[in-house]
Amino acid sequence: MLEKKLITARFDKINPLSIDDYVEHGGYEALSFALGMERVDIIEEVKKSQLRGRGGAAFPTHIKMMGVAKEEDEPRYVVCNADEGEPGNFKDRYLMENDPHQLIEGMIITAYAVRANKGFIYIRGEYDKPHSVLQWAIDEARKKGYLGKNILDSGFNFDIEIRSGAGSYVCGEEFALIESLEGKPGRTRVKPPFPTQEGLFQKPTMLSNVETFANLPHIVDMGGEKFAEIGTESSKGTKIISLSGNVKKPGIYEIPFGVPIRDVIEQLGEGTPADRKVKMVQLGGASGPIIPEYMTDLTIDFDRFENFDSKTGAGAVIVMDDRFDVFDILLRISEFFEHESCGKCTPCREGNLQLLKLVEKFVDRQSSEKDLANIESLARVMHQTSLCGLGQSAPTALLSTLQYFRNDFVDRIEHPESQ
Amino acid sequence: MVNIRINNTDLTVKEGTTILDAAKANNINIPTLCYYPDLDIKSDCRVCSVEIVGEKGLVTACSQPVWEGMEVKTNSPRVLNARKTLTELLLANHDDTCTACERNMNCELQTLANTLGIDENRFENVLEEEPLDSHNDAITRNANRCIKCGRCVDVCKNVQGLNILETMNRSHEMKVTPAYGKYLSDEECTFCGQCSSVCPVAAITERDNTDEVWRVLDDDRKHVIVQVAPAVRVSLGEELGSEPGSIVTEKMVAALKQLGFDGVFDTDFTADLTIIEEGYELIERIKEGGTLPMMTSCCPGWISFIEQRYPELIDNLSTCKSPQQMFGALAKSYYAKTENIDPENLHVVSIMPCTAKKYEAAREEMSVDGEHQDVDTVLTTRELGKMIRQMGIDFNELENTPFDNPFGITTGAAAIFGATGGVMEAALRTVSEVLNEEPLEKLDFEDVRGMEGIKEAELELAGNKVKVAVAHTLSNARQLAEKVKGGEKDYAFIEVMTCPGGCIGGGGQPYNTTDAKREERIRATYQVDTGMEYRKSHENPYIKRLYEEYLEEPLGEKSHKLLHTHYFSRN
Repeated sequence: MLEKKLITARFDKINPLSIDDYVEHGGYEALSFALGMERVDIIEEVKKSQLRGRGGAAFPTHIKMMGVAKEEDEPRYVVCNADEGEPGNFKDRYLMENDPHQLIEGMIITAYAVRANKGFIYIRGEYDKPHSVLQWAIDEARKKGYLGKNILDSGFNFDIEIRSGAGSYVCGEEFALIESLEGKPGRTRVKPPFPTQEGLFQKPTMLSNVETFANLPHIVDMGGEKFAEIGTESSKGTKIISLSGNVKKPGIYEIPFGVPIRDVIEQLGEGTPADRKVKMVQLGGASGPIIPEYMTDLTIDFDRFENFDSKTGAGAVIVMDDRFDVFDILLRISEFFEHESCGKCTPCREGNLQLLKLVEKFVDRQSSEKDLANIESLARVMHQTSLCGLGQSAPTALLSTLQYFRNDFVDRIEHPESQ
Repeated sequence: MVNIRINNTDLTVKEGTTILDAAKANNINIPTLCYYPDLDIKSDCRVCSVEIVGEKGLVTACSQPVWEGMEVKTNSPRVLNARKTLTELLLANHDDTCTACERNMNCELQTLANTLGIDENRFENVLEEEPLDSHNDAITRNANRCIKCGRCVDVCKNVQGLNILETMNRSHEMKVTPAYGKYLSDEECTFCGQCSSVCPVAAITERDNTDEVWRVLDDDRKHVIVQVAPAVRVSLGEELGSEPGSIVTEKMVAALKQLGFDGVFDTDFTADLTIIEEGYELIERIKEGGTLPMMTSCCPGWISFIEQRYPELIDNLSTCKSPQQMFGALAKSYYAKTENIDPENLHVVSIMPCTAKKYEAAREEMSVDGEHQDVDTVLTTRELGKMIRQMGIDFNELENTPFDNPFGITTGAAAIFGATGGVMEAALRTVSEVLNEEPLEKLDFEDVRGMEGIKEAELELAGNKVKVAVAHTLSNARQLAEKVKGGEKDYAFIEVMTCPGGCIGGGGQPYNTTDAKREERIRATYQVDTGMEYRKSHENPYIKRLYEEYLEEPLGEKSHKLLHTHYFSRN
């Protein structure tokens, strides 16, 4: 078995709308235990677990927690990033729809550890179902005393509000999310200060992804060391993969870190329809690199991806078979980012439009050597100088295709007539 | 202290310093665009990107604090290429017809492109043209020049607390605009013009009235006179290349004469007159239980602010017209009569450090005969600089020339009108002598001087302790307005100037005004004051004569007709 079900273990076993079901399956036990622990000890366990953020940036979670915990300013906030807007990602939706209390429990434990009394879940605007499931779960949890004042007679107060996004991709970026949560246009802020220092309403804020919070009850439950036995040297625990594209069985799969991408496609996805040749695989989502089939031996692992000048992203694997052309994909991605840039910084605001115009030239076979040089130079500058992750990663797919599918570009320049 | 290395220079700098400041303090130049001293760090344009050895991405020098052992490269090929690319991107979404631009040769984007040696733009120009917003008398917005640096938004929001300018839309459609893409005139904009003075390009400028002035100067039927505000003499030199704080009063008069004005007069004269009228108004309010605190009314941005946002405080405003408008009213009545000029052929120009003065002059009630505006054309300091350059005048070689009379003899009290606290101090010099019936021992009211946002002072007037307050910038003014609205009765007199530092920091002053330059202009202002023969408005012999010959008495019938006005709720 490739799969390792930890945070998806209760899927299909419980009725997500029943808090009793959750409790029967071990739910809120970790919370009960955690409330008896010293706050620093919880963070210590997270440190031992070596948990890194699952939203894409892979930042060590305990450092973030420590950052908020040591701030004296009040109030402190816990914010869950459930904006899941990255094309190709749908694992947070499943986590919220199928096991909403796991997220809530993770947030309460985190809030207790960092001394926060107020939490927000910033949920993607299109996520109607998970929104109502979560709202139901929050209300149930409040009724049962897991949320609200004096949680489980511990003296600790914490409550959660859900806030819906309005469809902007960039609001998944941490500071744009915070701005949006404050009621402002979703545009990022300059760092430093970081959210842990001056986040929501300029207060210390612990902002993490749905999947990250979902791991917290398990870390408390298993202990950090045991948790760290799962995965690889650099990447501990499991990762939920959103598998889509040309595979027979798309869907979400929870695997331990260290599984090769090829196995995910061939074993979990059961290969391509009609067993066509895989031409390329995009990792992470629209903002991730596109790799050729021969590179799918790469294992899912933070450091491996890092070496490759990429992030694992939130775990999307998008498979494209040999019917597809690099430029079809690049055109769609470029259009996407040209539409979604917030407009704050020069490279992203102006660069994405220029990038799109250059891609269109290749699509239309109107391109020249000069265009090739310009597109590459522009993509690098955008990657290096953009203010937030959106602009930095918008050209990732392009840069990776320039590296692995360069002949496709050259072909377009050399054969302007052929179709 | 932290040890860093920039290029090949080892430096020790204070912890928390940004790379930009560390570099600047050590004469290493890193180009910037959205960065502006005294404003927030926005880090939007990314032009100050530099390389930190060992880091993959580039960082912006304006926002990145140094750390121990940091090694920075400000001019590596990677950095130069990035800077160049970013500038090309900006130029590719910009009306780049530089020679047809009012900021040609005085534009930060153009300078940057020139410094970086950009001779060809690799990117297609994608500008989608938008119409100008020239629907008001003071400020013109040209979105086609805007590079979205955010300085104007910042100054409007954080300095003035008005939020008139905001960003709208996203991606390359993002633009800076009043809410919902409306015109400035649809909004509660005070036309202070601070946005225009921080704009790096020509996206926001004063409405250019120089052509109109050239036309009337060339018209033989017209008798064209000009008045110059107190703050212009300490900033025009700077506009023409001298050091900040240069005092160029008499060269300025000479230049205006060369331009062809038939009379060159001093707004300081009517500033003195304002002090007499406003001083007596204050005395009357104190003695007869009028609305207090009385608030100054010289500043048209502040008047708009009250009319738009605090109409319930209109009665607190002094009814005195501003010095500019007092001058205009006297010119179109007293002067026209004594010089025997048909008001139809008398054209009054004023040179102001201000964009809101253009709006003020065009207000309907600013006309003594109901037919002609009292002030016909208002030019900013920058526009006068432009005319002097157009004329090809070698400013520094001009022979010192005094102002013409009858509006040429003025006092130090009027000279300090240009600095925050100056109107208050000038008023106190007169009011305390009149009320206390003895000469002041000390003329300088240090408590109301300087760049502090809100200043207070207490003094004794006719046996009563009286508290006064001075604010500059509308954010600070709002605090005082809230206090007064809330029933605060402590103050007798409040002075407000809309712009940081007062008129010397006005929206029509030279581009790139910073607090450091404001301090220099303030210093120069008080230097003018101490060099004057008369330093109290009521000692101005020509003011005395004006009352004897024409106005009769302060707050008299003629004064009321010519020198006082009324306000409207524009809420």
